[in-house]
Amino acid sequence: MLAANALPPQFQAWFAKRGWTPRDHQLAMLEKARAGRGALLIAPTGGGKTLAGFLPSLIELAERPPRNTPAGVHTLYISPLKALAVDVERNLLTPIREMGLPIVAESRTGDTGESRKARQKVRPPDILLTTPEQLALFCAWEGAREYFSDLRCVIIDEAHAIWPSKRGDLLALGLSRLQQFAPNMRRVGLSATVDDPDLVRKWLGVNRVENPPPRAGEVSAEPTEGASTADLQLAPSGPPGHLPRARGRICEPDIDLVLGAGGAQPVVEVLVSGGRVPWAGHTAEHAMAEVYDIIKAAKTALVFVNTRFQAEFAFQRLWELNDEGLPIALHHGSLSAEQRRKVEAAMARGDLRAVVCTSTLDMGIDWGDVDLVIQLAAPKGASRMVQRIGRANHRLDEPSRALFVPASRFEMLECRAAADAILENHLDGEPPRIGALDVLAQHIMGCACSEPFKLTDLYDEVRSAGPYAGLTWEDFEAVVDFVSTGGYALRAYDKFRRIVPTAEGLWTARNAQARQQQRMNVGAIISPAMINIRIGGGRKPVGGRKIGEAEEGYFEQLTPGDTFVFAGQVWRYNSLVGADAYVSPAPNDDPKMPSWGGSKFPLSTYLAGRVRQMMHDEREWSALPGDVQEWLSWQKIRSALPAEGEMLLETFPRGKRFHMVCYPFDGRLAHTTLAMLLTRRLDRLGVGPLGFVCNDYALNLWSLRPMDNLDIDELFAQDMLGDDLEAWLDESFMMKRSFKHCALIAGLIERRHPGAEKSGRQVTFSTDLIYDVLRKHQPDHLMLRCARLDAATGLLDIARLGDMLTRVRGRIRHVALDRVSPFAVPMMLEIGRERAPGDAAGEMILAEAEADLIAEARP
Amino acid sequence: MTRFQSSPCGGLRVALANVEVMLRWSGALWLERERTLIVADLHFEKGSSYAARFGQMLPPYDTRETLDRLDREITQLAPQRLIFLGDSFHDAAGEARLANDDYRRLEGLASGRELVWAVGNHDADGPRALPGDVIDEASLAGLTLRHEPLPGAQPGEVAGHLHPAAKVSSGRATVRRRCFVTDGARLVLPAFGAYAGGLNILDEAFSGLFDGPVLAGALGPQRVHAVGLKSLRPD
Repeated sequence: MLAANALPPQFQAWFAKRGWTPRDHQLAMLEKARAGRGALLIAPTGGGKTLAGFLPSLIELAERPPRNTPAGVHTLYISPLKALAVDVERNLLTPIREMGLPIVAESRTGDTGESRKARQKVRPPDILLTTPEQLALFCAWEGAREYFSDLRCVIIDEAHAIWPSKRGDLLALGLSRLQQFAPNMRRVGLSATVDDPDLVRKWLGVNRVENPPPRAGEVSAEPTEGASTADLQLAPSGPPGHLPRARGRICEPDIDLVLGAGGAQPVVEVLVSGGRVPWAGHTAEHAMAEVYDIIKAAKTALVFVNTRFQAEFAFQRLWELNDEGLPIALHHGSLSAEQRRKVEAAMARGDLRAVVCTSTLDMGIDWGDVDLVIQLAAPKGASRMVQRIGRANHRLDEPSRALFVPASRFEMLECRAAADAILENHLDGEPPRIGALDVLAQHIMGCACSEPFKLTDLYDEVRSAGPYAGLTWEDFEAVVDFVSTGGYALRAYDKFRRIVPTAEGLWTARNAQARQQQRMNVGAIISPAMINIRIGGGRKPVGGRKIGEAEEGYFEQLTPGDTFVFAGQVWRYNSLVGADAYVSPAPNDDPKMPSWGGSKFPLSTYLAGRVRQMMHDEREWSALPGDVQEWLSWQKIRSALPAEGEMLLETFPRGKRFHMVCYPFDGRLAHTTLAMLLTRRLDRLGVGPLGFVCNDYALNLWSLRPMDNLDIDELFAQDMLGDDLEAWLDESFMMKRSFKHCALIAGLIERRHPGAEKSGRQVTFSTDLIYDVLRKHQPDHLMLRCARLDAATGLLDIARLGDMLTRVRGRIRHVALDRVSPFAVPMMLEIGRERAPGDAAGEMILAEAEADLIAEARP
Repeated sequence: MTRFQSSPCGGLRVALANVEVMLRWSGALWLERERTLIVADLHFEKGSSYAARFGQMLPPYDTRETLDRLDREITQLAPQRLIFLGDSFHDAAGEARLANDDYRRLEGLASGRELVWAVGNHDADGPRALPGDVIDEASLAGLTLRHEPLPGAQPGEVAGHLHPAAKVSSGRATVRRRCFVTDGARLVLPAFGAYAGGLNILDEAFSGLFDGPVLAGALGPQRVHAVGLKSLRPD
């Protein structure tokens, strides 16, 4: 380990002036840098992690001899959040200024102005702070190689949050590209505590694949006019048998692990407001007065919620209670960048007493004065919560304080389980990541836009990225063919290729149009179509001030004249014109609250297990409030509590319907998939299923006929994941949705751009039509493979459902009741929050509409 | 109110200007007495037009999918006359881009029956090489067949062009489907082409076309659902 005096004198002096001594992990990071090693630093927030990441670069830059030619970017910092990039820029400027270092550090995000971007291109800053999407754009630049040739270090902040996602795939590919431009570049990751650091190291590192012996007589691929891509020599030379497959052994990643000292144990409490917990709900409205009092008593509080609309709701309620006019602000992803920036600045100045926020503030920004984190509604995962708690109190020696405010009884169980898990330092695990092929398609197109490439070189480069280490040549070839011609068995597009081989056998983008399209479609985040919210009223509103944006679906729930809350104010919704919703202030109205939906995060497997455990173990109940204990004991008397390893399933009549409610606690996604599949089976059994609702804890199905006498074990038999799943999946809207996402990322279809569809009539040519045709005529097409994989892992959580079916096999406790049980009450209250399922329901709606018409026409 | 009656075939029998016609769930119109099958807005080679114009590689199977759907109708109904009601090709160069198989299948449609191409705005000249008669409009069984509906009252007009779609809502859930739309005097057919989009029939483009109460025949997987104005929603 380096000693503190290993720092150059001006750095030592700066630390001393601040009253600091360099921390061990900061020195360790410097040592790794001097040895030319990559490093992953895992440290709790507040441990000087960001400085540890930058310190080696600052020293290198400070000691750099003066040179005549302008230097390129030395250090590239990448954060998953725009706000974080901007904030780190601000924090970095402090030591640079105080030590008088000749270093330029600048951020570049989607919000950066065009003139600054243009200047950065001509005069690169020494340290550039940016996002994964901007890196993807860099990779598609003509001239990227030269721009990054001086790059020495890439720092990935919040690595734990990026790696297990498509954004992580894209970033890993971007890193491989940069490594080609700058072979000496070191990779540095900064991360909060993770369950398995080796997974992050593999993702971050260069996966060196042992190269096969040099290929004899290697010749360039000569394009043959009019031949299909398959005929074109994608491979260097020799018969197909010699094609390089995923060759060689994958070595240990070249990323060393550096651990920061752990902070003090956090203090986590669960708030039971007024001694009661509501039956159902997502907003924790009942507790708001007490939450306000707690904010009053704290110095500065962060109030986390799980969705934007919960944020608006909580913000609204807190201000209604805010007699003392405390400065309480709001921060979520729909607010305009300018507004968010203002809140962040006010927070940094210590001007605020509380911020109500969503995951936009999960990460990053260093706010020393936060002394309390409040989580409204259940946390959904222990790791996420540790991250959020880390936002409080950045002095390591003092504990962070956190308060959970459950919004319902099931959430009470979850909050208790999460609090225990955090104290025991048990975190949710992640499975290893296999890179998505739609993301690879986007990357390959980007590479072709930047400079011509040789296929075998790009194949090796791609496999040096962790998530793609196992990529086979066949899959790589299929993706290249997809990028070039769409990858269809019917070779209709060979003459319209997007990437074309040059005379030297290198591949390059066809023309400027193809490059332009790539620039417009970069990124692996697919957000729902967004509607601008503008101020304006009347019949022909024009160009009012934009106050933010919201998902398209949000306004489908409103009719003109309805009031809603946005950015902490009440607005009247006037009209929707193209991609703009026009609203006017309605400060005196009572807002109509549109449906909140549940949390967008599924309950983690690990927490779910703890909740199940807590339910059947009565000794754990003493930690719960009285009314929740009472609820559990009523449930025990009136129905049953599942024993360890059992799943409870209840059937009962209510009104004209018959209900089946079961409680797997496996998260909303897995429950929704299960409900869809059960619906198919119940339909075949002639039960007449009518609908279902799911939340993180349970699912509730209802039907025309009773379900008491069904063979439940048969109903939940695992083979539902076979044919039923296949048949249903292909028809399901989730598959269509994931197809759309993959097609957008891969560039098969284009992202909708604001204004693009405004003119003329709205003839909607939806991706569903494309999906239906492709499924019928080429079911094994690359995009369908991608979509199935995504649907199975992400939207449907099939892996988790499979585990659940195995877990409960032969252990389903079926209780037939004559009326609703205490557990089922929250599930009955969920009805009406959900959309009707699938196509069958679509037919039912049409049939109903027809019945109405016939009744109307009847004499 | 338009008179309608569900048929066992899943279609909807409608009286149009006193002529009885069958709306098929495929989106085709069937005139049984004349043994004539009418389909509108096939938009053949729409997929490849994106590749040619924008380099966007949509699945190039829309033409064969549309032909498959057409084949099913022909097998069931054995029409003596087949009328394409305009916009049969998505663009003028579409015919030249046809895959060989698809070209031969289209050729085959003209053998053993009369094939009529009414022209539309996307294919103003009709096909160059494919067999069949090219017309602007036609009169048949007291009905007038043309691509684009004419303004004002046109009793007995059967047209396409507008790609009607119905958005039907019950409570919170909604469903959007291609549809026929009629007031008993004129009829607009849904687009038949696999990649043809839909325009909500509450859009301004439909205003002024219909006089009486409108009946939408929304296409389901096996039947046409009759839907009244009350159940329709704008997009």
